[in-house]
Amino acid sequence: MEAFSRRWTALAVAVGVLLIGMPAQAKTEIHFWHAMTGQLGTSLEAQAKQFNESQGEYEVKPLRKGNYAQTLTAAIAAYRQKNPPHIVQVFEVGTQTMLMSGAVYPVYDLMKHYEIPVKWNDFIKPVVGYYTKDGKLYSMPYNSSTPIFYYNKDAFKKAGLAPDKPPKTWKDVEAYAKKILAAGAAKCGFSTGWPSWTMVENMHATHDQPFASKNNGFGGVEGVELLVNRAFGQKHIGQLAAWQKDNVYSYGGRGGAADPKFVNGDCAMYVQSSALIGGFTRGVKFDWGTGELPHWGAPYRKATSIIGGATLWVLKGKPEAEYRGVARFLEFLAKPEQQMWWHVNTGYLAISNTAVRNLEQGYHFVRNPKQYTAFAQLTGLPPTPPAAMAGKKAAPAKAERVATANSSGLRLGNFVQIRDVIESEMENIFAGKKSAKQGLDDAVAKSNALLKDFAATYKQ
Amino acid sequence: MLAAHVLLAAATLVIVFPMLYAVQVSTLEFQDVFVFPPKLLPGGAFADNLRRAWEKVHLGRLLANSAGIAVVVALGKICLSVMAAFAFTYFRDFPGKTLLFLAILATHMLPLPVRIVPTFQLMHDFGWVNSYQALTVPFFASATGTLLFRQFFLTIPPALSEAARVDGAGPLRFLVRILLPLSVNNLAALFLVEFLYMWNEYLWPLIVTTSDEMRVVQIGIKMLVATDAQAEWNLIMAGVVAAMVPPLVVLLALQRSFVGSISLGQEK
Amino acid sequence: MRRTVFANRWLPYLLVLPQVLVTVVFFFWPAAKSFYLSVFKSPPFGGRDIFVGLDNFTALLTTSDYYDSVVSSFVFAGGVTGLSVVGGLVVAALANQKIRGLTLYRTALLWPYGIAPAIAGIIFLFIFHPAYGILPYFFSFVTAYEFNWLLRGWIAMALVITATAWTHLGYNIAFFLAGLQAIPTSVVEAASVDGAGPVRRFTAIVLPLISPVTFYLVVVNMVFAFFGSFGVIHAVTLGGPGHATEIMVYKLWKDGFIGLDLGSSAAQSVILMAVVIGLTVLQFRFAEKKVTY
Repeated sequence: MEAFSRRWTALAVAVGVLLIGMPAQAKTEIHFWHAMTGQLGTSLEAQAKQFNESQGEYEVKPLRKGNYAQTLTAAIAAYRQKNPPHIVQVFEVGTQTMLMSGAVYPVYDLMKHYEIPVKWNDFIKPVVGYYTKDGKLYSMPYNSSTPIFYYNKDAFKKAGLAPDKPPKTWKDVEAYAKKILAAGAAKCGFSTGWPSWTMVENMHATHDQPFASKNNGFGGVEGVELLVNRAFGQKHIGQLAAWQKDNVYSYGGRGGAADPKFVNGDCAMYVQSSALIGGFTRGVKFDWGTGELPHWGAPYRKATSIIGGATLWVLKGKPEAEYRGVARFLEFLAKPEQQMWWHVNTGYLAISNTAVRNLEQGYHFVRNPKQYTAFAQLTGLPPTPPAAMAGKKAAPAKAERVATANSSGLRLGNFVQIRDVIESEMENIFAGKKSAKQGLDDAVAKSNALLKDFAATYKQ
Repeated sequence: MLAAHVLLAAATLVIVFPMLYAVQVSTLEFQDVFVFPPKLLPGGAFADNLRRAWEKVHLGRLLANSAGIAVVVALGKICLSVMAAFAFTYFRDFPGKTLLFLAILATHMLPLPVRIVPTFQLMHDFGWVNSYQALTVPFFASATGTLLFRQFFLTIPPALSEAARVDGAGPLRFLVRILLPLSVNNLAALFLVEFLYMWNEYLWPLIVTTSDEMRVVQIGIKMLVATDAQAEWNLIMAGVVAAMVPPLVVLLALQRSFVGSISLGQEK
Repeated sequence: MRRTVFANRWLPYLLVLPQVLVTVVFFFWPAAKSFYLSVFKSPPFGGRDIFVGLDNFTALLTTSDYYDSVVSSFVFAGGVTGLSVVGGLVVAALANQKIRGLTLYRTALLWPYGIAPAIAGIIFLFIFHPAYGILPYFFSFVTAYEFNWLLRGWIAMALVITATAWTHLGYNIAFFLAGLQAIPTSVVEAASVDGAGPVRRFTAIVLPLISPVTFYLVVVNMVFAFFGSFGVIHAVTLGGPGHATEIMVYKLWKDGFIGLDLGSSAAQSVILMAVVIGLTVLQFRFAEKKVTY
């Protein structure tokens, strides 16, 4: 009890010190609020430390403010009190809120103002495109990922399927699932993480179908409407609901709630973020592989997937002199060697083509072929890393996926709520409470009301 | 008679079953958790499970947070409501008395959810986010406590305070020397109720704390459930068992006063 | 004889001051601000508040989601209250007898009161777990029906209701026992002389006599289920599947702190205020008549 009260006093003192402000230091502090935990948080701190040691003027201070939602709430409150952090990490669904906030110092302008040359063209297009407005990059992509397909090679073998050939089409997925079920190699065919992101947002993107009007919301705030209740959405979600009945598909909840289904071996296939590769490498006991997202084939075009994750936003309201340090830090993060280090340590995507090429030349992808899947899917290149083909006679890589307006990202207000609406209607559909059409119609109607509400909040 | 006894035993068993089950699972090795039919005998892994749960989510720190917050809030509520109830009962009518009394009672109608966003903004304005102040001070008002003590003071024979006055004792001396010792049962009962109320609080700590070591124990256990690809239920249940202990200790220590104060209320 | 013996000009104010200060700063001011925010649309980053009158309320009242959430709240509160009050009464009636080891029973029965609802939710989550829960396992012998709360809303609802009601059972039993013991044995004995059976005695004599306790408990359990049960939902179902367990308090938190829609969240606070005022009026009108101001 005494130790406890001492801790209270110590904390009160610590809080007091924070309030009064630290004694003046030679280095200018750059506050960086983030939401990374565990291994990811450690990597982030290591990166900041490296930057701090690389120069003598600025000191980046990372501070974890809770999960994504809490970090954003904290940054908002701090901004409203005119004491924001310099940099805040925001999840992709908060993009439109940030863009409309008037509180943001666009990264493009920042770099230009401090005359720091950045090769914007070198960045992987689907990654930066998500955060670009009027040709300017607004926030710095930090931890980006894209959904990929995971499969249990042991279960494949048991069912007599080739362990090196993941299904390419949804028809394959169905056929493989039925074989796996018949062989008793697993209890369910496949499951999904982040249901709206993987099964609605990315399915529309990879099939070159619009998710929302006005160019997926890139064309403005006013009058944007969701389009997921069209023929394609109904077909895909309706098919999932049908598969749910005979265990070809098994819904496992939102976010990462279904991860155990794959890790336990219950479901032989899984669609989830590429960022899970590291976790699965540590936690999965069986032999497994990755593949690109399955496709429905003609008449749909095969397009690149879209990303998720979070980016770093620079907030207005700090003394002019400090922004040079922010710019220097972002420049540091954009360097190919930092990109490579970040990718190797966290599994999140490297965002510059140079970094990807360097990783490639260092045979990183030959040693870690699973890590290449996401890059192939985002760039449209074939799933085999070119270095693996070295020495073999092969034609130069030809793009297998096209990058289209429908696959460059989504920009919607109230996107957090919209995802929630879509996922609860998916649950209603999978539970048999609503038909796919009915559920998607309801999702669209509710989302449109949210979009209208958002537009009203920002009405000029 | 026997039938009634058997029924009571059965009902009690059903009611305590979830707790016993949690204890049982907390003693198992990981691979024994998912075995069917379920294992009914306890295993020997409790200490190990607890140690790992302890390391994973700062369980010790979280338990101390929860207990510390609950004790401070319970004491704070008791202090403030005894003082207010005393002022409302033992002093000549002072201007604004009714208004102040009603104001305190009105807090009963303003549970946290109806003022959550502005209260949170207030914490930011005070710079209290992620602090123990934020977890305690906003809870110090208690309509229940003020009402309880006011009613109790009204049952105490006026002769007592009259005698005190004649003896020349001041009001505070009367409160501390005579009134409080008479109120021990009520103090204990209110402590129990408010301790448990605060121990159960989840929404506010979730919003107002942002670092892992400032969380309360329930949120820590929720994190144990949610973090890993494969939830280790033997660890989770070890955490659950640890989190059951402090409130049970308080409950066991004070249940007599709690039950006693209920019957008191009935007799009036 | 007069009770108000002390005549001190400033001391009563000083004694009341701390409580009033907390009340004004942390209760009245934020509550008033909820009203204010509820008639504005405010971008999260601020800058300007657009006055929208009652738009936030009409937006809520014209969407099925909010109705669903109101219905869920009442189903949840009704379920919790029904289960824990009726259950509490039955168990208390059983425990109100002269047998050996009664104190032990009573202690055991009070125990769940010492368990936080969220913790209870996690225990029941395991018991109900579709893949490795003990309950679906036993049900699987009886029926092929899949007790999967990830998909079936009513199972998720049953899960959170059971967990919450369970934690409140001990409290209710304690109050019912006190109520039952306050009934003079002579009254019940007189009835049994008249030839009334135990069930008839209970419904005709005992039930009316303890109705004030029952009513008090109904209100307390309702308030608890409405305003104190966020933890169970957050720890177990996150409002799903669909919006099956999205009670009003959960939706309010979600819209305000995750969705950053301050206006709508504040409007929901104001609506909840109406609910709590209703419940409080009930409580003071009927259950605590003895209270005099």
